[in-house]
Amino acid sequence: MTPTPLDRLARATPPSMARRVRGLSDRTIAWLFVAPTIALLLAINIFPLIWTVRLSFTNFAANKPNAEVKWVGLRNYERILTDDGIWATMQTTAHFLFWTLFFQVLIGFTLAWLINRKFKGNDLLTTLIVLPMMLSPAVVGNFWTFLYQPQIGLVNYMVELLTGTPASSFSMLGPGGLAPWSIVIVDTWMWTPFVMLICLAGLRSIPDYIYEAAEIDRASKWRQFWTITIPMVLPFLMLAVLFRGIENFKMFDMVTLLTGGGPGNETLLTSIDLKREAFEKWRTGYSSAYAIILFVTVFGLASIYVKALNKVKER
Amino acid sequence: MTRFLTGLATLRRGPWEMLATILIGLGVFMLMQPFFLWAFTWSFLVTLAGTVMFIVASHFPE
Repeated sequence: MTPTPLDRLARATPPSMARRVRGLSDRTIAWLFVAPTIALLLAINIFPLIWTVRLSFTNFAANKPNAEVKWVGLRNYERILTDDGIWATMQTTAHFLFWTLFFQVLIGFTLAWLINRKFKGNDLLTTLIVLPMMLSPAVVGNFWTFLYQPQIGLVNYMVELLTGTPASSFSMLGPGGLAPWSIVIVDTWMWTPFVMLICLAGLRSIPDYIYEAAEIDRASKWRQFWTITIPMVLPFLMLAVLFRGIENFKMFDMVTLLTGGGPGNETLLTSIDLKREAFEKWRTGYSSAYAIILFVTVFGLASIYVKALNKVKER
Repeated sequence: MTRFLTGLATLRRGPWEMLATILIGLGVFMLMQPFFLWAFTWSFLVTLAGTVMFIVASHFPE
């Protein structure tokens, strides 16, 4: 019988080491296997986090590594939380968050409700609908920039065709107040399929006998929708809202490619503002405090998300 | 309401997690609302309190 790689490895292990390994308990061996992962996690996740917390109490600037680093206490936090500009950035993020979630839930649930019915070509249609979600945000950002071009873009052309407004008279990504809505449209286009899939899972988890019992009780379709469908899909919907909420709170790539935070500060989301503070103005201590504020917010929301996820799992 | 308060007094996970969730939600709302700057200023403390409470409450018995 030819020796397996494991046999060869066992024979190649020096006897002294083999004796030592044989003497270890299962628990110790398990720890030995897990230790590299934990070490990596500590090195690339926990250590930078602790380091950022420390930096947030200093005036450190990464472009001046030899300058004296002063301990400023809570001053960075105080300055951020009383800054009108950052407050405005938060409101821009809130506008983006609210409207993307609103449209994604509305359209996503409607699509799921329609797709849930049995008809020919159902699977093909589902595949086509989920396609945008599979694209890279960089690709989406680039091709929507072309679609939004005032001269050659399809969006302006369609608006001209439908309303008669000259295509070159407005710019979706330029000044005029349309830019915040343009990024909402792109995010909705890209992520509605995700909400649809989660809603579809919720709709398919409702047993048919509940509807049959409601039919026997002569409940109308409208009543069935409000008293069976909505309450049973709600935990799934909440899961989708939390997940998309957290993701959109951190939104950076797609909006950077589309508008870069402009025109002016119209689409300046918190993550883009944070990047500017950290790597354009080089206020590392200040931006660390900014990052910690965003981190605590996302962490809090993620805690609720995990709780909601466990509730859905229990069903 | 009585059950909720009893749960809080006897350190049960459910009511404390609910309170923490409300605090986190309130903190996020305060962070992003366009009405009062003072609410924005205090939002971080409220969110932080809620998050810490959530972590602690998750170790309480059911």
